[in-house]
Amino acid sequence: MAKATITFEDINVTVTAPAGTRIIEISEKVGSGITYGCREGDCGTCIMKVTEGWDNLTEASVLEDKILRENMAGKHNRLACQAQVLGGVIKVRPV
Amino acid sequence: MTKPQLLNSNGNAQAIALSERVYWIGALDPNLRTFDIILKTANGTSYNAYLIKGSHGVAVIDTVKENFAEDFFARLESVARYEDISVIVLNHLEPDHTGALPELMRRAPHAQLYISQKAQTMLKALLKQEDLLYTSVLTGDCVSLGDRSLYFLHTPYLHWPDTQCTYLPEEKILFSGDVFGCHFCDSRLFNDEVGDFRFSFEYYYAHIMRPFKDHVNRALELIEPLLPLTKIAPAHGPILRDQPQRYVQRYRELSQSTLQSEVPDGEKTLLIFYLSSYGNTRRMAEAIYEGAMSIPQVRVSLYDLEGSELTPFVDLIEGADGIVLGTPTINGDAVKPVWDMLSSLVVINLKAKLGGVFGSYGWTGEAVRMVEDRLRGLKLRVPVPGLRIKLIPTEEELKLCHHFGQQLAQELVGLRHNKIIDIADLG
Repeated sequence: MAKATITFEDINVTVTAPAGTRIIEISEKVGSGITYGCREGDCGTCIMKVTEGWDNLTEASVLEDKILRENMAGKHNRLACQAQVLGGVIKVRPV
Repeated sequence: MTKPQLLNSNGNAQAIALSERVYWIGALDPNLRTFDIILKTANGTSYNAYLIKGSHGVAVIDTVKENFAEDFFARLESVARYEDISVIVLNHLEPDHTGALPELMRRAPHAQLYISQKAQTMLKALLKQEDLLYTSVLTGDCVSLGDRSLYFLHTPYLHWPDTQCTYLPEEKILFSGDVFGCHFCDSRLFNDEVGDFRFSFEYYYAHIMRPFKDHVNRALELIEPLLPLTKIAPAHGPILRDQPQRYVQRYRELSQSTLQSEVPDGEKTLLIFYLSSYGNTRRMAEAIYEGAMSIPQVRVSLYDLEGSELTPFVDLIEGADGIVLGTPTINGDAVKPVWDMLSSLVVINLKAKLGGVFGSYGWTGEAVRMVEDRLRGLKLRVPVPGLRIKLIPTEEELKLCHHFGQQLAQELVGLRHNKIIDIADLG
C-alpha cells in the first residue's frame, strides 16, 4: 500500500502513514497543535495550513468546501479531520 | 433624571428612546435566576433589542427570547410600522436574541435579514428553514437607511462563532451584541441610573468572554478606533451611555494576564499538579519536576492540588505553556479534585498547550488514559504518552519519571525532534 510522509511543522515531527489515513488520526497521536472540535467536518476548529503536498491529499468534498468558505479559510487551508493522505510528501501546521 | 417609562398609560409596553431616532424595544426578565445552566442571575436579565429610524427605512437590531415576544412587538409597534422595516440585523443567533425572529420576519415582509458570515449554518439549524433569505456581512459592509447607516464589525467568538457588532456612525452608537453586556435587570435601563451592576459586568466577562480573550483583543482593535462613542448598546444589561469608553478599557484590562509573569520571553512555563494518597504519585511528581528542570529555558513549578482552591490554579494555567497532571487511580477512575480542576478550565483558552499525565495505581490504573483523553478534548496536545507506575515507584521507575519530565520539557522548547515515526509505532 502506498505510504505518505507527513510532517507536522509546529512540532517538527514526521510520520509515515498508509494512503487513506485521515490527518486527525496522525496528529492527535503525535500531539500536534492542530486542535479538534466536532471531528466530523462541521465546526471548522481543525482548519490547518498545508504548506507542501496539497495534491497529496484527497480533494475536499462539497461540504468541506462550504465549511472552509464560511470560516473564511485561506486557499491553502484544509480540515484536518477530513483530509486523507494519498502518498508522497505532505507538510502541515496549525493556523 | 426621570425613570424610563417602560409601560404607557394603558399599561402596554412601550419603546424607550436612546436618541431621537434610536429606541430600546427589548424585554426585562427579572425572575430568571440561572442563565444557560452556567450563569447565576441574581436579579434576572434583560434581552435588549433596538430600533433605528432612518429617512429611508427602519432597522431592528436583535430580538428577544421567545416568551418575551409580546413585550418586544408592543414596544416595536409603539414607534414603527412593520411595513417600514427594511433591515433586521442579528448580532448573535443564540435563542435569547432570535426567539421573536420568525414572527418578526412574518410581520415585516419588506425586511432584509443581515447576519455574519459565520452565522449562516447556525441560522438554518435554529430556524429549520432552508429557504430563508439573508445577506451575510463582514467588517466594512454597510447598509443604508437614508440619513442613517449601519456598519458591521466581524467579531467572532464573542461568545459564539457567529457574533458581530453593528455601528451607527451618525450617532456614534455601537450595538455590541453580548460584548460589554451583563445579566442585570433594571428598568432604569441606563448605566448612570441603574443599581450597582459592576459585579455582574465582571462576572459576565469571566464566564462568557474569558475563554475567548484572544478574540476579545482582536475585536477591540476594531472597536477602539470608534471611540469616543456616545453609547454602547449591548444585548443584555444596562445601556452604557455614561463614559462608555470605560467599559471598552475594562475589557482591554480583563483580556490581559492577571499578573505579569516574571518569566522572560523565550522561556517556557510548565506546571505540574498532583494528588497523592500514599506519597507514590507525589514521588513521581517530584522526579518529573527534577527531570523537567534539567532542560534549559523551561520554568517548572510543582503544586499539590490538595493545597489550594482551584481558582488561582486556573489563572496560572491560563498563562502557562504546558501542564502535567498526576493522579492516582481509585476505584477505576481519576480522583474527584482532578476532575474538578479539569471542569474548571472551561473558562480559559487551552488550545494547543502541552499536556501530560502520570500516576501511581494499585491494580487497574485507568486514570491516566482517562485524563489524557480529557486533555485532548480540551484541545491540549498530548505528545508524550502518559506514565503509569504500579504502587511504589522503584529507583528505576523514578528514572523513567525523570525522563518523562525531560521529554515534556524538551517538547516545550522544540528539542525532541526531528524524527520520522511510522504510524504503526504510535500505538
